[in-house]
Amino acid sequence: MKHETLATILFLLFVAGTLAITFWASRNTKTATDYYAGGRSFSGVQNGLAIGGDYMSAASFLGIAGIIALSGYDGFLYSIGFLVAWLVALLLVAELMRNSGKFTMADVLAFRMSPRPVRTAAGVSTIVVSIFYLLAQMVGAGALVGLLLGITSESGKVWTIIAVGLLMVIYVVIGGMKGTTWVQIVKAVMLMTGAALVTLLVLGKFGFNLSTLLGDAAQQSGKGDAFLNAGLKYGTEAQGIWGKIDLISLGIALVLGTAGLPHILIRFYTVPTAKDARKSVMWGIGIIGVFYLLTLVLGFGAAAVVGSEKIAAANAAGNTAAPQLAEAIGADIFGEVGGTILLAVIAAVAFATILAVVAGLTLASSSSFAHDLYAHVFKKGQVTDKQEVRVARIAAFVIGAIAIALAIPAQSLNVAFLVALAFAVAASGNLPAILYSLFWKRFNTAGAVSAIYGGLVSALVLVIFSPAVSGAPTAMFPDVDFHLIPLSNPGVFSIPIGFLCGYLGTIFSKEYNASKYAEIEVRSLTGVGMEKAAEH
Amino acid sequence: MTVQHDSSVYEEMQASEQFQELRRRYRSWAFPMTVAFLAWYLLYVVLSGFARGFMGTKLLGEINVALVFGVLQFVSTFLIAWAYSRHAAAKLDPLADELRAQVEEKTQ
Repeated sequence: MKHETLATILFLLFVAGTLAITFWASRNTKTATDYYAGGRSFSGVQNGLAIGGDYMSAASFLGIAGIIALSGYDGFLYSIGFLVAWLVALLLVAELMRNSGKFTMADVLAFRMSPRPVRTAAGVSTIVVSIFYLLAQMVGAGALVGLLLGITSESGKVWTIIAVGLLMVIYVVIGGMKGTTWVQIVKAVMLMTGAALVTLLVLGKFGFNLSTLLGDAAQQSGKGDAFLNAGLKYGTEAQGIWGKIDLISLGIALVLGTAGLPHILIRFYTVPTAKDARKSVMWGIGIIGVFYLLTLVLGFGAAAVVGSEKIAAANAAGNTAAPQLAEAIGADIFGEVGGTILLAVIAAVAFATILAVVAGLTLASSSSFAHDLYAHVFKKGQVTDKQEVRVARIAAFVIGAIAIALAIPAQSLNVAFLVALAFAVAASGNLPAILYSLFWKRFNTAGAVSAIYGGLVSALVLVIFSPAVSGAPTAMFPDVDFHLIPLSNPGVFSIPIGFLCGYLGTIFSKEYNASKYAEIEVRSLTGVGMEKAAEH
Repeated sequence: MTVQHDSSVYEEMQASEQFQELRRRYRSWAFPMTVAFLAWYLLYVVLSGFARGFMGTKLLGEINVALVFGVLQFVSTFLIAWAYSRHAAAKLDPLADELRAQVEEKTQ
């Protein structure tokens, strides 16, 4: 049997299993709390796994392993930013949000502000961040599935994108948060098992001696000792000082962006209490941390076993390093059949990874559209739960359709920068608004709106005029050049701008509501009046 | 949701000594720690950009400072998360539960 056939069978099994769970979950999805927050009935451990499943995208599994396999140490820099970021969520955001919010990020921001402008801003930001992230994932999915299943025709890739889009819409529309969460839990378990298995085989091959593995990787990469140090991909010496500032800018956006990503924030609402939210972030940190340590071995292992040249030949970004490693190490230890099986398993895990993340993004953006924009801005709160959930389902359809329609023409463009951009917008607009809301007494409507739009617009404008969009061979539009700023990552400017806009907007407005601040402070720290779990 | 939006209850609670104590216990732990781990992370990123000679120093076989520094970021993240959960369970949760009960008594 060819690995493509086996991978397809495994993938279809995953789809069948998760669809069954989704239909089962839909039987218990009746109220808005069920649809948006899974009835708040997940345990800390379950939600911790789902956080891992929501967060560990194909970009981090295949992307980081690929960066390490081709450029060595620089991929590790990425994973460290992705992990340390969770401390911001744990210490400052998760529990307080769970105590004071209901369904979306905007619930916390609108708590003591004038709801319509704040919800509009937060809704726009949520949808923009989620669609950028979604687009990057879907374009990646098309290319990846093509490579792994041997689909090389253009129409084959288009159908892959359509299939991924349809599946994510089905999970979200039918299963709501409950279905989506289970898809993420199953994926997290599969991903951790697959990554751990390949890691063990790789370490075994090198006699569990990390130094030997690193030495072989450096040698096989053809780059020598430089392969084990930063600087081959980000902030290279050739790029000079701006390259290094760009590296720091990326690092800051990664560490501050996570706690402002809407699809991550809504996960905190799926557990019954703030203590469970804390527990789920603890589990999330454990799972994500271990996973990135495994990725380090996978990346260097791929360089050592497969060789950087062969990896770059299969995919210029190195996205197939992990599957190639699985095939090589499987064949090395169990013979050819072993290689085929292991490759198929890792390919199926990669599909599951993509599906779980895009479903989470679709849910976050459609929830925000229905709950923030439709129910509170357009209808001023005069809607029933039933109407709101119906609109959320329709919105999921529309967002899925938009994502498919954008992803198909974007296939030929380099849109990898969209993930870093989503993190930058989340860190520049959403995070200042959330932190000020929770901790700054004086904060008000003008401040919240200024922080979100200021951060969003500055990040977008900086990126549009950056080498990520034009004027570089790796740009989205390599043939034109209207770049003005030598930075691909806007965070180092846009994050201070977001915080500053929030500050200035606040102090130039007289609005100030001491009693509402008393309420959010008491509620966020003690859990008084928090939204309870649904009873079934 | 039977909690009434009786703002005076919240203001009263916010002004109480016990609540100020809870707020102090939370902020005096979480804020300095956030500054500390962000500074520690930033140091790592800056060294990765500007001190590559130092980061490339080999310590044990092929294992260099960059790798050890990176792994230490993982270790510090795990330790801080663990320490926070201990702090919260011992110093924050009991007081928060007590204050919540007090407010709920007044608002229901």
